[in-house]
Amino acid sequence: MSKKNGESPYERLKRKAAEILPQNIYQDLIDKVEASGLSEEGKQRVIEEAIRQYLHAQVQPGEAVGTVAAQSIGEPGTQMTLRTFHFTGIVEFDVTLGLPRLIEIVDAKREPSTPLTYIYLKEPWRSDEAKAREVARKIEYTTMEKIIEDIDYQLGDRVITIVLDKERLEDKGVTVDQVVKALKKEKIGEVLSIEEGEYKGKPVIFIDVEVSEKLLPEESLLMPQSFHSVNEKIKKIYLKGIKGIKRISVREEEEGSGKFMLLAEGNNLEEILRLQEVDYRRTRSNNIHEIARVLGIEAARNALIDEIMNVLKEAGLDVDIRHVMIVADIMTWSGAIRQIGRLGVAGEKPSVLARAAFEVTVKQLYEAAVTGELERFLGVTENIIAGLPPRVGTGAVLLRMGKPARNG
Amino acid sequence: MSMRLMQFRETNVLDSIKFGVLSPQEIRKLARVTVVRGELYEADGTPVAGGLRDPHFGAIEPGERCPVCGNNREECPGHFGKIELARPVLIPHYTDFIYNILQATCRVCGRVRLPDQKIRYYMSIMERLRVRWPQLAKVFSKQITKEAAQETRCPHCGAQQYKITYIKPLFFYEKRPEGDVRLNPIEIRSRLELTGDDLILLGFDVKSGNRPEWMVATVLIVPPLAVRPSITLETGLRAEDDLTHALAEIARQNERVKQFIATNAPETMIEDAWMQLQYIVAAYIDNELPGAYRLTHRRKRNLKTLAQRLKGKEGRLRGNLSGKRVNFSARTVISPDPYISINEVGVPEEIAKTLTKAVRVTPWNLEEIRRYVRNGPYKWPGAVYVYIVDEKGRGRKIDLRFRKDWDKIAEQLKPGDIVERHLINGDIVLFNRQPSLHRMSMMGHIVRVMPGKTFRLNLLVCPPYNADFDGDEMNLHVPRLEEAEAEARGLLLVEKHILTPRYGGPIIGGRQDYVSGAYLMTVKTSYFSKEEVSRLLSISGYEGELPEPAILKPGPYWTGKQLFSLFLPNDFYFEGLSKINAGDLKCSGPECFHDSYIVVKHGRLLEGVLDKKAIAAEEPNNVLHMVALEYGNSEARKLLDSVYRSFIRSLELKGLTMSLADIDLPPEAKKLIAEKVEEYKKQVLGLIEKYRKGALEPIPGRTLEETLEKSIMDVLEKLRQEVQEIAANYLDPFNDVFIMARTGARGSEVNIAQMAAMLGQQAVRGKRIKRGFRKRALPHFKPDDPNPEAWGFVRNGFREGLRPTEMFFHAAAGREGLVDTAVKTSQSGYMQRRLINALQDLYVTYDGTVRDSWGNIVQFKYGEDGVDPMLTYHGKSVDVDRLIEKAKLEEAATRQ
Repeated sequence: MSKKNGESPYERLKRKAAEILPQNIYQDLIDKVEASGLSEEGKQRVIEEAIRQYLHAQVQPGEAVGTVAAQSIGEPGTQMTLRTFHFTGIVEFDVTLGLPRLIEIVDAKREPSTPLTYIYLKEPWRSDEAKAREVARKIEYTTMEKIIEDIDYQLGDRVITIVLDKERLEDKGVTVDQVVKALKKEKIGEVLSIEEGEYKGKPVIFIDVEVSEKLLPEESLLMPQSFHSVNEKIKKIYLKGIKGIKRISVREEEEGSGKFMLLAEGNNLEEILRLQEVDYRRTRSNNIHEIARVLGIEAARNALIDEIMNVLKEAGLDVDIRHVMIVADIMTWSGAIRQIGRLGVAGEKPSVLARAAFEVTVKQLYEAAVTGELERFLGVTENIIAGLPPRVGTGAVLLRMGKPARNG
Repeated sequence: MSMRLMQFRETNVLDSIKFGVLSPQEIRKLARVTVVRGELYEADGTPVAGGLRDPHFGAIEPGERCPVCGNNREECPGHFGKIELARPVLIPHYTDFIYNILQATCRVCGRVRLPDQKIRYYMSIMERLRVRWPQLAKVFSKQITKEAAQETRCPHCGAQQYKITYIKPLFFYEKRPEGDVRLNPIEIRSRLELTGDDLILLGFDVKSGNRPEWMVATVLIVPPLAVRPSITLETGLRAEDDLTHALAEIARQNERVKQFIATNAPETMIEDAWMQLQYIVAAYIDNELPGAYRLTHRRKRNLKTLAQRLKGKEGRLRGNLSGKRVNFSARTVISPDPYISINEVGVPEEIAKTLTKAVRVTPWNLEEIRRYVRNGPYKWPGAVYVYIVDEKGRGRKIDLRFRKDWDKIAEQLKPGDIVERHLINGDIVLFNRQPSLHRMSMMGHIVRVMPGKTFRLNLLVCPPYNADFDGDEMNLHVPRLEEAEAEARGLLLVEKHILTPRYGGPIIGGRQDYVSGAYLMTVKTSYFSKEEVSRLLSISGYEGELPEPAILKPGPYWTGKQLFSLFLPNDFYFEGLSKINAGDLKCSGPECFHDSYIVVKHGRLLEGVLDKKAIAAEEPNNVLHMVALEYGNSEARKLLDSVYRSFIRSLELKGLTMSLADIDLPPEAKKLIAEKVEEYKKQVLGLIEKYRKGALEPIPGRTLEETLEKSIMDVLEKLRQEVQEIAANYLDPFNDVFIMARTGARGSEVNIAQMAAMLGQQAVRGKRIKRGFRKRALPHFKPDDPNPEAWGFVRNGFREGLRPTEMFFHAAAGREGLVDTAVKTSQSGYMQRRLINALQDLYVTYDGTVRDSWGNIVQFKYGEDGVDPMLTYHGKSVDVDRLIEKAKLEEAATRQ
């Protein structure tokens, strides 16, 4: 074995591989080769072959990767389920999946039809179900309505009785104190008495409140609708939690892992990420716009990839991640999220003819006339329209042999 | 022929198109006729001079000479005319921009209502935006318009401004102190005339010489007759084009207005007629303007005017420019032929004689082409046209169909001439099946002319086309240029598409009988006599020596594995699981009795049975995939064109069928099933009872009713599964139906259980069938019947037969599937159209970046590693484990 500058051929090859191969492949390759028990030559052969394979698999210049990506995602669309609500093993939620969700993602809809937030927790909340549940209670948006059994009133009497369900109080983790505070804060009136009792066979707490004059003027004391509006107001009183988080459930990160996370219906990343219990690194939402706003466009790009891959995986469809990346990149490269379609990518093309050939033909042409646009025939559709070869694939090659010289 | 096209391409390259507003001067310059009469023909049938069929619009009749350019109808390009409008009218769609300008400019001095300093500042931003971000420039001008419209006093001349309102589609009002005043087109036009260069801020391109007042028409351009040809019906009556009708309407109304003005009619009458003219002109441009009149044909059908010609799927842009109809194409029904190559397509003789290919005569093909010409157009292989080319390179076309002296023409042929000959074996054509969802929907096939009237197609290429033979039709196109042919051969040929870029795996490969055939051939119990081996190998085109037989007594017998190995590359290595590797036949490693772990070493199939996982289409990392990836597409094609035929042949030798006996359960199994059904039914009734008593615990997040429904569905699903197990236990697991299911050829254990034992609960929208009558799904049941049979539970299987109610429920669930597919195809079709539109301009450049056609970088390295997914091991560019295993194998071999 000849050694040049103290380097064995194997080491030299390793260095070459490190230069050429992507980090993860290189690491995997070296780890496995070292553990393989092959002879030195065998190891060299494997590394050489790996480099060869990697280089062989490179895309060719000119390849219309966009069209291939669109086809690779669009073609299996026909095989997808249409049913909006698909069961995903989480007992409480129905989640939009399949074709409707995919369309929603590429449409870049402002709000997903089932907004979800996957909240991961830091230790110690992560390993303790009871503690995780506490966090869940803290996050869940709770109003009086959720704990009120009934509101009793009599016409002409300023004092009304709020009946709180004890069981639900406990379930939501709300104390009577909090309720009284909230009533005060919202200036409903004076709390006269708090009593425990039974109502329709349930253990409850009665709170008598003398409603303030402002809410219930003297002259309206005999009108049922004014009591109604007071009741509604009471029911809407905010007790705790984060706005937008409707329901929340605790579940294991992975079955049998003993680690717990929260799955919340509703989006509010800004607020959730502020909580000290929350592991802000892993917590994510399925609302792309929200992610772009809170975490930035790069995060939105990754979220797009994750969401699309997830939809495809759930539908049992096999699509290479590179195609999904292209879609995510075209939706985000400008720095803002653009939908796939007339109001986004397709509508912002610099070519008049390409836009006109897609949708809203007439409007595009008039606009082009007024703004004096120039059609330069660079894109694919324009060239098809003009009967010219599009400049992708073999058409990307602009260097051509000249006409044969005369007499030659 | 091809030279001419290439020259055309190099000389007549379209560089760019500049869009702008057509000016009245330009119209007047272009126009060769002024239309002053609404009538088309005189009483004697000749066209009216100054009418819409005036001959100055260009020659369109055969033999006609154009009075303008003197050409006949082939050469005359057609000429425009004009209509001088008695009073100006607004052009619809421009009104939006007119509105912007009126809002944002001063009504007295015409400047944009912003201080000079601001105008200069915005102008500098605008200049830069227009170059780099034209789309942002549009947004910016909207912003400026809004800002300028806020100003109630002109910063330049100090004039008081009034709010302008725009009532769609054609009216503008100004809110003056004395009340709302309508601005008529004359007033609007004069206001637009006031404006100047600062209109650029509002997005109007004054720089290129466009003027906003041109958006109010004073003269209308009339398109040539070639744009609006009239047709003569067989009755001899003339039918005019819709555009001509619309224009005639305009001309008539225009004359009326003129006349009113000339005769000093009361102003209100003129106004009315003018308004009418306005509406007609609007409809001529767009006959679907909301809130405007519709021009109709005899009060029945709305006329198709200019906008309608361009719009929509069948409009000019999408229907004629983005997608074009072509010659040299054919379409017919497809049928299977397993004995042609996957690269081939069987073309009926009749079609081969109709489609032609232009070939240039050379000294080397002269004799061959003379043979075609001598055969004439009716005998295959013949020729249809001959172009005799003279020294100047000009061709004289001879149509052989109208000649009898084919021999003489053949003799006269010389190098340089061009002959349009029939399609012959070995030509390449494009073959396509709609919907063309991916690039494998159109591939290059080598022609093989055959008797019959259908296109023949190897069964292995069905998956990429998604074709079957229940009446499917496919299209065929003949490439016309050498360039196109070269691309077809080099890029489009079927074998180049064995691997799909979608997930990095084979998309061409066996299905159904190929799978069960491969199983029957390679299963341990299969041995083949010499005669059988001969059959299998001859159909595969094997020409080498026979291997040593695996069995010598009682006679020479070969295993299927031996035969399969004959076709593998010598150093081929493969390890993997079979499809049948499940349940009782599970193997976790090479040392396994069940033969469900595939091992191929040194090109020999040592163990493991071949089934769906090993040889089928759409199964990444299977034998075919490894061959295609590591030994090349051509090697993979050879495999497909050889052993795959022996799979089918071994199926024919061994025989595979399905009989009633295969799904016939013994009485004890039926009894067992009946017991299970009773047991579970009790459970369901119990659940309902519990619900009625209020003892049912709801699942969190669900109502009590939903909980009940879900629990019932769960119970019945469990029942179906148990029944399935019983059925599977009592049926012969090696009968033909089970072989099909286990190998993945067709059907599943669920399907078998549904045939043999029980269909189970039918569902619509994921729920039991609840709709129908009040409190019951069908009148055959009592209201609120707790029995599951009343709500779509089908207790019987197909073997026993369904009861009428069961059959109805089954049909209901089946219908849902049909509706679903119908809705789905349209939705996913639209999604794909948008995806394609958004992504089509992206390609990999020579520096490895992904860019769009305008040079914007979308990715710095394609897919972050620059790897083409088509050339991967199911997404992985390098399969390290496989490399190491191969290296180990090699080392072991050298050690020996």
